[in-house]
Amino acid sequence: MKLYFKFVAMQLKCQMQYKASFFMMALGQFLVSFTAFLSIFFLFTRFHTVQDYSFSEILICFSVILTSFSLTECFVRGFDVFPRLIQSGNLDRILVRPRGEIFQVLTSTIEFSRVGRFLQAAAMLIYAIPASGIAWTPDKIFTLLLMLIGGIAVFSGLFILYAALSFFTIEGLEFMNIFTDGSREFGRYPLSVYGEGILKFYTYIIPIALFQYYPFLYLIGRSDDFRLSLLPLLGFLFVIPCYAFFRFGLRHYQSTGS
Amino acid sequence: MIELRHIQKTFRVSRRSAGLSQAVKSLFRREYETVNALQDVSFTIRDGEMVGYIGPNGAGKSSTIKIMSGVLTPDGGECTINGRVPWKERTAHVREIGVVFGQRSQLWWDVPVIDSFELIRDIYRVDSQAYHKTLSRLTELLQIGEIVKTPARQLSLGQRMRCEIAASLLHNPKILFLDEPTIGLDAVSKLAVRDFIRAINRENGTTVILTTHDMQDIEALTERILLIGKGRILLDGSLSDLKARNSSHKTLTVAYEGGVLPSWEEITVKENKEGRAVLSVDTRTLSISEAISRISAAVGVKDISVTGESIDELVVSLYQEFAI
Amino acid sequence: MKQYSSFFRIRFLAGLQYRTAAWAGISTQFAWGGMTILLFRAFYESDASSFPMPFSSLSTYLWLQQALLAMFMAWFFDNDIFDSISNGGIAYELCRPCDLYSMWFVKNMAIRLSRTVLRCVPILLVAAFLPAPYSVTLPAGWTAGLLFVVSLLLGFLVLIAFSMLIYLSAFYTISSLGIRLLATSVVEFFAGGIIPLPFLPESIQPFFYALPFASMQNTPFLIYTGYMQGDQALWSMAVQCAWLAGLVLVGRLLMRRALKKVVVQGG
Repeated sequence: MKLYFKFVAMQLKCQMQYKASFFMMALGQFLVSFTAFLSIFFLFTRFHTVQDYSFSEILICFSVILTSFSLTECFVRGFDVFPRLIQSGNLDRILVRPRGEIFQVLTSTIEFSRVGRFLQAAAMLIYAIPASGIAWTPDKIFTLLLMLIGGIAVFSGLFILYAALSFFTIEGLEFMNIFTDGSREFGRYPLSVYGEGILKFYTYIIPIALFQYYPFLYLIGRSDDFRLSLLPLLGFLFVIPCYAFFRFGLRHYQSTGS
Repeated sequence: MIELRHIQKTFRVSRRSAGLSQAVKSLFRREYETVNALQDVSFTIRDGEMVGYIGPNGAGKSSTIKIMSGVLTPDGGECTINGRVPWKERTAHVREIGVVFGQRSQLWWDVPVIDSFELIRDIYRVDSQAYHKTLSRLTELLQIGEIVKTPARQLSLGQRMRCEIAASLLHNPKILFLDEPTIGLDAVSKLAVRDFIRAINRENGTTVILTTHDMQDIEALTERILLIGKGRILLDGSLSDLKARNSSHKTLTVAYEGGVLPSWEEITVKENKEGRAVLSVDTRTLSISEAISRISAAVGVKDISVTGESIDELVVSLYQEFAI
Repeated sequence: MKQYSSFFRIRFLAGLQYRTAAWAGISTQFAWGGMTILLFRAFYESDASSFPMPFSSLSTYLWLQQALLAMFMAWFFDNDIFDSISNGGIAYELCRPCDLYSMWFVKNMAIRLSRTVLRCVPILLVAAFLPAPYSVTLPAGWTAGLLFVVSLLLGFLVLIAFSMLIYLSAFYTISSLGIRLLATSVVEFFAGGIIPLPFLPESIQPFFYALPFASMQNTPFLIYTGYMQGDQALWSMAVQCAWLAGLVLVGRLLMRRALKKVVVQGG
């Protein structure tokens, strides 16, 4: 853990060499998700509700997705840029060092400019918490926290899966965007709005709904079943097959160069 | 102790062909080729040896190094290094080895080199006393005391390579893999790097395995050579064995005036114009002194020099001999 | 002209070589389009009377958007151009006997078009066979179809003329990455890339239409679906022409100034 912070300090030192670039990037990140917020806002001025969810309820959903995604992205970015790590041959360097591969990949890239996206998410959350009209009893606060943590777990799993796939195909990786970026984009709304089939897909295949939809129902009082709020914990199980697949890919690693 | 037995590794690469119709076809069907990078590689290296690993591009040098350093998993065969299988006990294994990839950097680009060193120290869990001892020795031997406070991006290639080598040795490894350590360096840096490698091998007893295309590296550093070609070890022997085997030919360069060089059976004329001739003599059939006396009898010799085959030529003739 | 067509050919062939990438891209875009349609269906079911166009028009709009994504995606930039500006490689480009602005312009067109050609057909084909309101339909009529083609070309040129300005900004900043990210989100949002412009509240629509971004994908797609007809369509196309002329003019002026600066600094 101490070593992790040393890596963080090192990355921070490197990125602060280019301050102007850093702030522009952070601002850009902020703006990207801000236009997403605006589009939801405008759609709601026209339609008022979607499947009887109100604007502030949607905001809760959106901010949960965006907070967990941006935090994951900030610290698990090493897996996001993993194809580059393979192509540049830097994975070789990681493999000749006496530390876990996962740890070293995590510390190879930490992108602080993603803080822009996180600030946006946090601002929405702060606005939506009182505006949603939810009575914030301890169990609801607990649910919200679990949602965020579960989200980080599932997104980490997705990023690891993405990295694992890049051992086999670099070209085909764009497909994974449906699951990583797609989950972030479409997860702004409770996944039930897309219909039964999609909800099932996001429950059993890519378990986004486990931390987004089901506990959300409990949070906004559509369901009294407290068990729903524990579902995000199941999201942690998702990391296991992803990690196993990553190990499998590592054994098939071909390395680059002569 | 490094032991490789019947190591095999294959890669699958997709084949792409030119032309529009071929390209459209390949949208639906693609052909793959299997490349046997390593077919059957076996050798043993004892502790404290210094071995040159040579072969043409694509012969499988880097693949072997990567297998020995635990980066790649071979498809078949056995490899034990100090009693461990590299890819099975990766972390324990890599603690005892140092690797320099000549064409890539392990230093953090934007911060002073010393910061990188300290992070590497923490990665390898080197205790602070041992670290300072090793560091002061390395900075002295490699003469990098002045430059470790500079960010890596501002260093020249030679300075950076010396820092790279230091970085790979901070944890005092028992085995050092050098993958083309002198590539692109100027003469001064090359000499410094060679001196250093020799010193570390002699004084610490570090086993050194070196791949290179620079035959001067081999000549200056290694006693033993492994020649790899088409995924097999073709030759494993000492440099002097090799020289003895192939250096029965000597080259005579003669500057002369007056007279015409006749042709002898034992002397081959390689070049002859404007009073300058390059001749090759097979010393098994004709002694050098006899050759010189024959030449000076035929023409008026102004200058004459005798050279053995250079190591570069030696290697080229080896490649030809094994058809690789 | 020949150099441009051979450049296009090479690009197209290179694109074909990456089979997996093409399939991955097509299926990603298909899934993306499908999810967006499902989302709008939920809004449609909540309040059909607030829907500004028939649902099948919206489906058509969204499928066109996915099929022609490579033409209008704002986040795509040619890194070679940025690199040549930041590392001084532009000096070589200046030695070539052609106009740099036109060359960059055509290069961008070629890259985007070659990608579009490869990807649009499979997407449109599959989308055409989906069940009715979710499928892509034929244009609203012969005139609509014809005007669409012209307007599509105009919109494409407007987008490239705008992205030229982003390339040129690299002359004036150390890191263009932030500006690119900023410009991308602005263009996507104001061009109707996130939600189609007719879905915005009526009160703020005029503001959106006053910007050049509405002349990009918005105009051709709305003409195709019949949302814009007759005089309104012709007027929008006139606006497209005006923006195109304006953006190219500004771009050329900026380029001349930037190059002067490069020459003065000695590259």
